[in-house]
Amino acid sequence: MSSVNYGSKRIVTGAGYGFRDWLAQRVTATLMALFTVILLAQVIFTSGPMEYEAWAGIFASQWMKVLTFSVILSLLYHVWVGMRDIWMDYVKPLAVRLVLHVFTLVWLTGCAGWSIQALWRL
Amino acid sequence: MLTSVCCVAIESNGLLFKLQPSYLTESANMTELAKKRPEFRNINALTDLPSYRLPAAGIVSILHRISGFLMFLLMPFIIWMFDNSITSEISFAKLSAAFNIGIGFIPGWFIKLVALALIWAYLHHFIAGLRHLYMDVCHAVTKEFGKSSAIVTLVLSIGLTAVLGAKMFGLY
Repeated sequence: MSSVNYGSKRIVTGAGYGFRDWLAQRVTATLMALFTVILLAQVIFTSGPMEYEAWAGIFASQWMKVLTFSVILSLLYHVWVGMRDIWMDYVKPLAVRLVLHVFTLVWLTGCAGWSIQALWRL
Repeated sequence: MLTSVCCVAIESNGLLFKLQPSYLTESANMTELAKKRPEFRNINALTDLPSYRLPAAGIVSILHRISGFLMFLLMPFIIWMFDNSITSEISFAKLSAAFNIGIGFIPGWFIKLVALALIWAYLHHFIAGLRHLYMDVCHAVTKEFGKSSAIVTLVLSIGLTAVLGAKMFGLY
């Protein structure tokens, strides 16, 4: 066995490469799907027209805030894995790919910050 | 177990057909063919892709990717809607007006159209995602199930988008 085991000399044994992202993609997706069902149920079972009071009331309770918060973080990670896949598949020049990765991270963390701020102001 | 994990992981990367063996496109006599080893080239998005007849599962797969990318790009618009809808009664009214009358130089119908695109993207991504999860959990990786579930995904996502779009534009 070679003494150098990194970079192009790295010996890939085939166990667990990308498995964590693959699993995270599915776990976060399940959480977001459950959130969708829970939110939809609350909208459907609201009596009367959907005005501001009823809509904002859904997000006002503490448990819904905590759930929405974890969904925002799940979304952040889910989209990061997905966008990274897209850039890795279609963008070959390393410099451009790096710039796009950095842009994605800034875009996503910024969006997460904004939505959490909007949520907790309520 | 391991096999099914591999299959799904490959499909979740989107486009399945990245390489095309050149012996499919070249006409050579048998002796020449026997000598020649298959040569793999990258496909060209403009000259090769339109001639590929993508199966239903392939269409669902690439649309899964496109819908995800669309939601990524429009994320600030989604959060802007969420922010305005829950912040105050005034911002809620502002958001309603943006949909009905328009906001600034952007007409209301355009806002509705973008929202409809997001509705489609969410529905498609959601249903195609459930299909993935079902396949992972139940090891449902037969060719037949891949095709039938892909058609169900397309019909449901487009159908529901049409129903919600008609509602949003006040057709019923």
